[in-house]
Amino acid sequence: MIFENLAEKLQSTLKNLKGKGKLTEKDVDLAMREVKLALLEADVHYKVVKDFIKKVKERSIGSEVMESLTPGQQVIKIVNEELSELMGGVQSKINISSKPPTVIMLVGLQGAGKTSTAGKLALNLKKQGKQPMLVACDVYRPAAIKQLEIVASGAGAIFYSEEGNTNPVEIATKGYEKAKTLGYDIVIIDTAGRLHIDENLMDELKNIKSSIKPHEIMLVVDSMTGQDAVNIAESFDQTLGIDGVILTKLDGDTRGGAALSIKAITKKPIKYAAVGEKLEDLEQFYPDRMASRILGMGDVMSLIEKA
Amino acid sequence: SKTTQNLTGKLDELFKGHIEIDEELYEEIEEILITGDVGFETTLKIVDMLRKNVKKKSIQDVKDVREELKLIVEEILSGDDSNLKLEPKPAILVIVGVNGVGKTTSIGKIAMRLKSEGKSVLLAAGDTFRAAAAEQLEVWADRAGVELIKHQEGSDPSAVIFDAISGAKARNTDVLICDTAGRLHNKKNLMQELAKIFRIIDREYPEATKEVLLVIDATTGQNAINQVKIFKEAAPLTGIILTKLDGTAKGGVVLSIKSEQQLPIKLIGVGEKIEDLQDFNAKEFAKALFSSN
Ligand SMILES: Nc1nc2c(ncn2[C@@H]2O[C@H](COP(=O)(O)OP(=O)(O)OP(=O)(O)O)[C@@H](O)[C@H]2O)c(=O)[nH]1
Ligand SMILES: Nc1nc2c(ncn2[C@@H]2O[C@H](COP(=O)(O)OP(=O)(O)OP(=O)(O)O)[C@@H](O)[C@H]2O)c(=O)[nH]1
Ligand SMILES: [Mg+2]
Ligand SMILES: [Mg+2]
Repeated sequence: MIFENLAEKLQSTLKNLKGKGKLTEKDVDLAMREVKLALLEADVHYKVVKDFIKKVKERSIGSEVMESLTPGQQVIKIVNEELSELMGGVQSKINISSKPPTVIMLVGLQGAGKTSTAGKLALNLKKQGKQPMLVACDVYRPAAIKQLEIVASGAGAIFYSEEGNTNPVEIATKGYEKAKTLGYDIVIIDTAGRLHIDENLMDELKNIKSSIKPHEIMLVVDSMTGQDAVNIAESFDQTLGIDGVILTKLDGDTRGGAALSIKAITKKPIKYAAVGEKLEDLEQFYPDRMASRILGMGDVMSLIEKA
Repeated sequence: SKTTQNLTGKLDELFKGHIEIDEELYEEIEEILITGDVGFETTLKIVDMLRKNVKKKSIQDVKDVREELKLIVEEILSGDDSNLKLEPKPAILVIVGVNGVGKTTSIGKIAMRLKSEGKSVLLAAGDTFRAAAAEQLEVWADRAGVELIKHQEGSDPSAVIFDAISGAKARNTDVLICDTAGRLHNKKNLMQELAKIFRIIDREYPEATKEVLLVIDATTGQNAINQVKIFKEAAPLTGIILTKLDGTAKGGVVLSIKSEQQLPIKLIGVGEKIEDLQDFNAKEFAKALFSSN
């Protein structure tokens, strides 16, 4: 792949500048073209890229080329610092309510990975000694309830569904009441996939929200998502208000620029990364690793230190 | 559907602000293409071509730039035949793709369409891995009113395909449609499993007309290019189904795919209902790419 070597490209673009003192606007412009290309190929949103480049440029121009670093590395360092800053610090914990049950609601587009993630979260929380209950509120997709049931049993979680009931708001409410009565710690609501522009289905989510007041509304996003990630995240956040993001399918070879776009637009933390189809495949999300992945540079710090 | 509405929205807005053909206009065109997931390099190529054509044809009017732009996009996308080839019968249609793109749903839609054309259809539940995958396909089989061959969860998918081929032969079925598990293209063992399915098909059903469609989610960004490249190595792809075009994503990555890989887009998915399947139309796609949502 071409962009594996953004780092190398930057170094060769700027290699003649070693020992010249400060970086000039012209030097930086050349470098920024490579950065822009890498970010766009990684699916970072056009506008986010533009803002980002502007910021990095401002910081790079006139910055001292340190003795220990080549100019290329100097720019990489700035790019990486700004990216990590934008991605935020590690934020992997679900807010557990002091008054159980803690209610977590998973929302997102069709096929993003909500149902699988519900199972993974349940297993994760189970391992922390909690008793989670999974509530099947997808009454539309063929065999969605059955899918959640299988996933719940795999995770050793309690499963709640209502045969024949086609009202997700009711199911959520009754499931929640039951969890409260029986003293379960966690309620995870699996909802049907929907488009952010589908008003009826977005209203349904609002109604579930107002009925059971979730502690965490998590937007589940496929890491292969392209430029539309900003529209999706923005719409879900505006209509529903999200508390965090879970990025799925990171076991693929996507650069995952959607992560950056979503973070920049919603300012909401990405809390978990799903990295496979098995129930164990849920990890804490590391913003700095994501930054390197988006740029396609492997471990940036080690690259810089190599010089 | 979305592909037929808003034909002029964004482009009109774009050209309203521009009286002259200037750098700003080209930059805005670039932005529309990139935010439609066309990809940076392909975008630069298209804008380059546009500049040349504007010069060559001495285009003066901003309105005509729009028409020229649509023509270029259309031309990249059209060319080969985008009809499903299921004749002579018997035919086998295999649906492959990464996780959650809409394979199983598309099969339900295609089954319905073929049946209403008077063809006999059999489905094979080749996803034995994902929870309730066979049950999901079974619901679609019922909706379309066609039969289904399935095994237990966890069984060998090649065995399902093997049985389904026998079943299709015994029933004299016109079209056998095979579902497969979602798999990320960078998983070697899963791609080998897929290759094995095609070896079985070649061995057991050499007389069948083959269509192998890769399903791509229109929401996907540049990764779709890798998907095509790597799936091609394990599966004899004949075309693409582009799903979820009822959303706000434009699916522009198919432009890069089309110019690099020469794989026709045959069908599009525009919703979750059984009738939400359409033939691909380059002209409509080009219009929708430049429409605002
Ligand atoms: N490789 C991989 N596959 C995943 C991951 N997360 C989910 N999947 C797969 O993606 C597909 C869709 O996952 P689901 O959990 O059904 O997605 P969903 O959001 O519930 O889908 P809908 O309910 O139809 O909207 C399935 O094949 C999952 O196995 C992941 O992290 N890695
Ligand atoms: N809006 C919309 N949703 C779609 C379309 N096609 C499929 N879906 C939805 O996308 C989700 C995933 O569809 P599936 O057919 O299960 O996808 P798949 O590729 O078989 O998934 P796996 O077998 O898990 O890899 C479901 O919720 C479908 O209803 C479409 O054209 N538009
Ligand atoms: Mg689901
Ligand atoms: Mg499927």
